[in-house]
Amino acid sequence: MSQHPNDSNEPLVKIRGLRFYRRERAIFDGVDIDIPKGLITAIMGPSGTGKTTLLKLIGGQLRPDAGTIHVGGQDVHKLNNKDLYKLRMRMGMLFQSGALLTDINVFENVAYPLREHTQLPESIIRKLVLMKLEAVGLRGARDLMPSELSGGMARRVALARAIVLDPQMIMYDEPFTGQDPISMGVLVQLIPRLNKASRLTSIVVSHDVEETAGIADIIYVISNGKVIAGGPSEQIANSDSPWVRQFMDGLADGPVPFHFPAKPLEADMLENAAATGAIH
Amino acid sequence: MEQLARLGRIGISSLERLGRGHLLLAHMFSGVTALIMRPTLLIAQIHSVGVFSMLIITISGLFVGMVLGLQGYYILSQFGAEETLGVMVAASLVRELGPVVTALLFAGRAGSALTAEIGLMKATEQLSGLEMMAVDPIKRILTPRFMAGLISMPLLAALFSAIGVIGGHFVGVGLLGVDEGAYWSQMQSKIDLHEDIYNGVIKSIVFGFVCTWIALFQGHDCIPTSEGVSRATTRTVVHSALAILCLDFVLTALMFGE
Repeated sequence: MSQHPNDSNEPLVKIRGLRFYRRERAIFDGVDIDIPKGLITAIMGPSGTGKTTLLKLIGGQLRPDAGTIHVGGQDVHKLNNKDLYKLRMRMGMLFQSGALLTDINVFENVAYPLREHTQLPESIIRKLVLMKLEAVGLRGARDLMPSELSGGMARRVALARAIVLDPQMIMYDEPFTGQDPISMGVLVQLIPRLNKASRLTSIVVSHDVEETAGIADIIYVISNGKVIAGGPSEQIANSDSPWVRQFMDGLADGPVPFHFPAKPLEADMLENAAATGAIH
Repeated sequence: MEQLARLGRIGISSLERLGRGHLLLAHMFSGVTALIMRPTLLIAQIHSVGVFSMLIITISGLFVGMVLGLQGYYILSQFGAEETLGVMVAASLVRELGPVVTALLFAGRAGSALTAEIGLMKATEQLSGLEMMAVDPIKRILTPRFMAGLISMPLLAALFSAIGVIGGHFVGVGLLGVDEGAYWSQMQSKIDLHEDIYNGVIKSIVFGFVCTWIALFQGHDCIPTSEGVSRATTRTVVHSALAILCLDFVLTALMFGE
């Protein structure tokens, strides 16, 4: 990593002027975000605001249309393939589905990055994998196949796999979605515990306000391709902004409209009546 | 005017797909050296792509050979040439039916499975997950499958032809009374190593290349939904069948044209 000696307070991830379009639709329209080292930063926003896209942009899986993303001082999208893969070895990502390989068991899934990237002897691999599985409470599930795991267990195995190479940072994609209260509670405890114990930097992308706000140090709220609020979590939780309030309090209507853009209701109804009339 | 624009769009998207297909092929080839260092990956895939296709190839080869024996005998006996049955069966199998029918069966059995597997890996974010683990999914997942298809196809075609010759022997010699010595000796003297066998092997290598490439590309390029995967699987079988039959004509014209 080519880091300047005196920039230890530099954020680990620095996003500047990020623009990303899907066809003509702007997913991000000039977004600036700083992810400080050692803290849990939450990126929140309604569904469809491109939160997962943001993680893929940080991981270099997608290219922005404009703007830059620096991770550890390196411009992700200027790296060649080899350096990008080197950088990814220092990042862990927890996918919403877990993304476990379905043809190998839990143990082999967690051992996979070690087998691919290191020449460690089998005895060390075994110890490392069991340690990471212990950390997520699933040492006993090592022989199960991914199809035998519940959604919450799959996500914990994926988390063990994401931390097995001891990365600098972990990106969580909607870690709480679709979890029962117990699994949710386990994950809510695990994320800050891992962050502290392994001195990680975590980015949690989520729309589960209560859980995420509870564990995050910094919160960014994104809507309509822009950051509408960003700062320490208490500050965001007490914000007066109607945008932030609508999201944090879960109000159906507000600055983010309840209705998907459409022509006026009357015009739509009349058009339908005219069409039916024409048939009769 | 709108029709013209639509035609243009279809043309551009087809060209784009073709381009993506070639980029994928180049990317797969770039992983061959790494694969040589880890032969276990290749062996596992030859097992799943090749060995698991052996049963269907053996049974089909046997019946195709038996039909050839039956049909050949009825035609050849009209000219009193039933002794040449062995040549007819072997030449049809080695030159045409072996490579072509094997490739068609391969596309249905292994090609569709490859597309569905890769498509589902994409839909369940397994390929993205590998990328984020700093593992190149094309080199790690697709290259071994591609090489396995390329290696398996000529072997399966050889098996098909060999079993077919036995099937023809069973019907011709065993049931219809063709002289056994004539069946084998005529075959031995008339089937040429270069003209017949090498050309058949070249055909099956080309079909193996094209079928596996189509299957992997369709899986990798599919829309990651259940409908997308199902459409990609159908496209694999249809495109492979058409490619095999068209290429067979071209190759036959080139090899036996003079």
